[in-house]
Amino acid sequence: MRSTWVTPGGVHPPENKHQSLTMPIGSLPIPEKLLVPLSQHIGAPAKACVKVGAKVLKGQKIAEATGAVSVPMHAPTSGTVTAIEDRPIAHSSGMSAPCIEITSDGKDTWIDHKGVADFEHASPQALTKTIADAGIAGMGGAGFPSAIKLSPGHRRPINTLIINATECEPYITADDSAIRERAAEIITGIGILSHILGNPVNILIGIEDNKPEAIAALEPHVADTGISVVSFPTKYPSGGEKQLIYILTGKELPSGQLPADAGMVCINIGTTYAIKRAVVNGEPLISRVTTMTGNACGINRNYETLIGTPVSHMLAHSEFNEHACSRLVMGGPMMGFSLTSAEVPIVKTTNCILAPSYSEIPDDEPAQACIRCGMCAEACPASLLPQQLFWYSQAEDHDRLEAHNLFDCIECGACSYVCPSNIPLVQYYRHSKGEILKAREEKVKSDHARERFEFHQQRMEQAEKDKEAKRAARREAAEKAKATVAANAGTAKEGTGPAPGSAADIIAAAQARAAAKQVSPEEQQAKFERSIAGAEMRVQMATDKLVETNAKQTEDQKNILNAALEGAKQKLEQAQARLAEHVKKHSEQVK
Amino acid sequence: MAFKQITSPHAHAAQNTSKVMQLVLWATVPGLAALTIQFGWGSLINVVLAVVTAVACEAAILKLRKRPVAFYLQDYSAVVTAVLLGLALPPLAAWWVVVVGSMFSIIIAKQLYGGLGYNPFNPAMVGYVVLLISFPIQMTTWITPLSLLPDGVSHPGIIESLGIVFSGYSPADGVTGATPLDVFKHSSGLVVDQIYESNPLFSQAAFAGVGWEWVNLGFLAGGIVLLATRIFTWHGPVAMLAAIAMMSLLFWDGGSSESPGSPLMHLFSGASMMGAFFILTDPVSSAVSNRGRLIYGALIGVLVYIIRAWGNYPDAVAFAVLIANFAAPFIDNYTLPRTYGHTDRRRATEKEED
Ligand code: SF4
Ligand code: SF4
Repeated sequence: MRSTWVTPGGVHPPENKHQSLTMPIGSLPIPEKLLVPLSQHIGAPAKACVKVGAKVLKGQKIAEATGAVSVPMHAPTSGTVTAIEDRPIAHSSGMSAPCIEITSDGKDTWIDHKGVADFEHASPQALTKTIADAGIAGMGGAGFPSAIKLSPGHRRPINTLIINATECEPYITADDSAIRERAAEIITGIGILSHILGNPVNILIGIEDNKPEAIAALEPHVADTGISVVSFPTKYPSGGEKQLIYILTGKELPSGQLPADAGMVCINIGTTYAIKRAVVNGEPLISRVTTMTGNACGINRNYETLIGTPVSHMLAHSEFNEHACSRLVMGGPMMGFSLTSAEVPIVKTTNCILAPSYSEIPDDEPAQACIRCGMCAEACPASLLPQQLFWYSQAEDHDRLEAHNLFDCIECGACSYVCPSNIPLVQYYRHSKGEILKAREEKVKSDHARERFEFHQQRMEQAEKDKEAKRAARREAAEKAKATVAANAGTAKEGTGPAPGSAADIIAAAQARAAAKQVSPEEQQAKFERSIAGAEMRVQMATDKLVETNAKQTEDQKNILNAALEGAKQKLEQAQARLAEHVKKHSEQVK
Repeated sequence: MAFKQITSPHAHAAQNTSKVMQLVLWATVPGLAALTIQFGWGSLINVVLAVVTAVACEAAILKLRKRPVAFYLQDYSAVVTAVLLGLALPPLAAWWVVVVGSMFSIIIAKQLYGGLGYNPFNPAMVGYVVLLISFPIQMTTWITPLSLLPDGVSHPGIIESLGIVFSGYSPADGVTGATPLDVFKHSSGLVVDQIYESNPLFSQAAFAGVGWEWVNLGFLAGGIVLLATRIFTWHGPVAMLAAIAMMSLLFWDGGSSESPGSPLMHLFSGASMMGAFFILTDPVSSAVSNRGRLIYGALIGVLVYIIRAWGNYPDAVAFAVLIANFAAPFIDNYTLPRTYGHTDRRRATEKEED
């Protein structure tokens, strides 16, 4: 016997499994119309690849997978596509979603299909593709595409394959009865999984000890296969992936990680059967075992049910008494959701339809105040403090909720189950999770908007700065030029005037004052400077002309030009002298 | 076909708050019986008087707050508060003492804070402490246990008891007397052995103190029933009793004249057992997690001993519980359980793990 570990918390609701185990798995007549929703799994919805009016055969692909996380859909029986439109589907919020309606021709004719018997010789990639093409998604509840779980990537070698046969929810016996009747095929399915995953060291079938018949059915088939059937005491919710991993391995999956990160793959036992059928028999997933139970039905048993079968069809063949029925639940009494209409179809994840009577599951009593008794905390398998989560959920204190690890809540309902005040705790948690996710999304959005705005702002500021810098550069250049001129002026008057440096300083100071006050001495000075600049230019021009003419002109012309140059030089000197005088006078005034 | 939309889980355990409260009430019966046998009809009268007052107050306030009266009265929480207060008060206390205490418990300590589930302090203990501070004489007059009554004197009968309670004339001489804790409080100079020999409260006792040992055993029995039915976890009560035992061992001092008394005396005297199983287990005002309740219980145990040994009052459960009520949110902040898949415990205010 392998050792097992005990999870904290948990509850023992009445099992109520015997009712549906009195008969073997049955089958229902083919319903007249089947409704196949395009989204029955986690991930992107499939895309219809048939048109209304098309004839389809049983097992024919009617919708393609879209994107990496998605699965295709297949026709559950032969017939005609009569509608592709939004219909109410089984969902906790009672919403509608795109579905393909197939009107059966009653012949149930299979499309040509073929499997591989010696899967040992097939490549894991080819087998994974077969599983993906067969539209297999986890049948235990969540509906995660199985092929993805089986391609964990090279970074994460898988050393443990866990087959979840826990079925810890009361009432449900779909897996139990499937194991009893199909153990050999299930073990073949596990063999396929093992082959795909490179023969993990540990292959464990986790099963609660309340299914001795199923355990006995498995035992002869696992001999010499390296597969261990591990049974452990019954307690809800042992079948949660995280809980089962802990029970079987004693390891906790770090918060936010996948089993593959810890070298594990966890597959529901019903799914292994579907995988066997897909690989060995070439059949896509078009039917599953679903438990029909509850006292509002005269017949309680398991059916091999075609995907797309309306719940009402199932009820009609189970002596259903609507008036006795307190509520209609898809799934088990702990985590299943109530259906508002019986016209919704059975999907790949539907393990149970529960139609309890009023005495079985009465209407909820009104909630009383939380007395903080802590029974919920004692029951929580994740070691949370449900009463505190409830408190902060009411107060909408999102920070505290996250500090109390709201997102580690698996919504198992154990806390609400024990709560003596009948508080619908899980409902509060779902709501708060939704609110927090929404707030996060909004924050991301508003962060984007803010970033965009800030970027824009920055660009505008940068442009403004650039302009300003250009202006400043221009101003500086002009001032430098002036300063140079003033310095030159100082040099021209060397000996009599102030030193060049100080002259330039003074000019600069004077200019500053001129700019500030616009008084006449400064204006005057500016005028002088302008005339100096003009004179300088003329001297330069004359010099240039002279250089030019020196090369090719006559002596006369040279003379004229020399005279002009001389004149210009004189004018310059005069101007400079005037400026120097003015500056001197002015600087004395200032003193 | 249309069906109701109801969220999961659909199944519920048969437990409900009224049943929990009723079970707590039943569990007080051994203690109440012991009190009645040992100290006469007084406790029973206290309890009845307190319950009537408390239920009336609760109904009146609910009406004022425009809440469905019958629905909220059904939770029995007012009755539990009243019974606990009635049990804690000295037998044959004047009727107005009981009435004032119950009114205070329900109106001020419970409903003004928002009713059941919202009161930060234990309502019964708030009522008790208000009475203790306001009417110290009435609150410290205890009845002599049955076996120590002087010859020819007996506890007043039911009619006479009612007379004492409602018209206020004092019971006959010798009917009132000290409690074991009083004896230790006022026995300076004597070593423990001398006290045990000289005082019939101890010399005639089976193991702790005449009368009181039976009362405490009664509450212990009721508490064990509640533990067995998982109405509460063991953490708080065990921590408190262990803390009292540890403290009294630590300061036992070889039974010298300075010794505040033996562990057995402390565990089975005064309100020790009632406090451990019926007062500190009030879930509303206590710490939340199991670890938190260990600390909360231990804190109460230590405080009880400190006040008994060195404080002004012979018993201290009420004070200790109220002080611990103050500390509860603080304790909660540091005692979050480690969640599955997390390596560390968090503080209640941390969003990120470090
Ligand atoms: S079980 Fe219900 S009443 Fe008790 S603490 Fe939890 S939420 Fe509150
Ligand atoms: S629903 Fe969440 S909080 Fe409640 S017991 Fe389950 S995991 Fe814990």
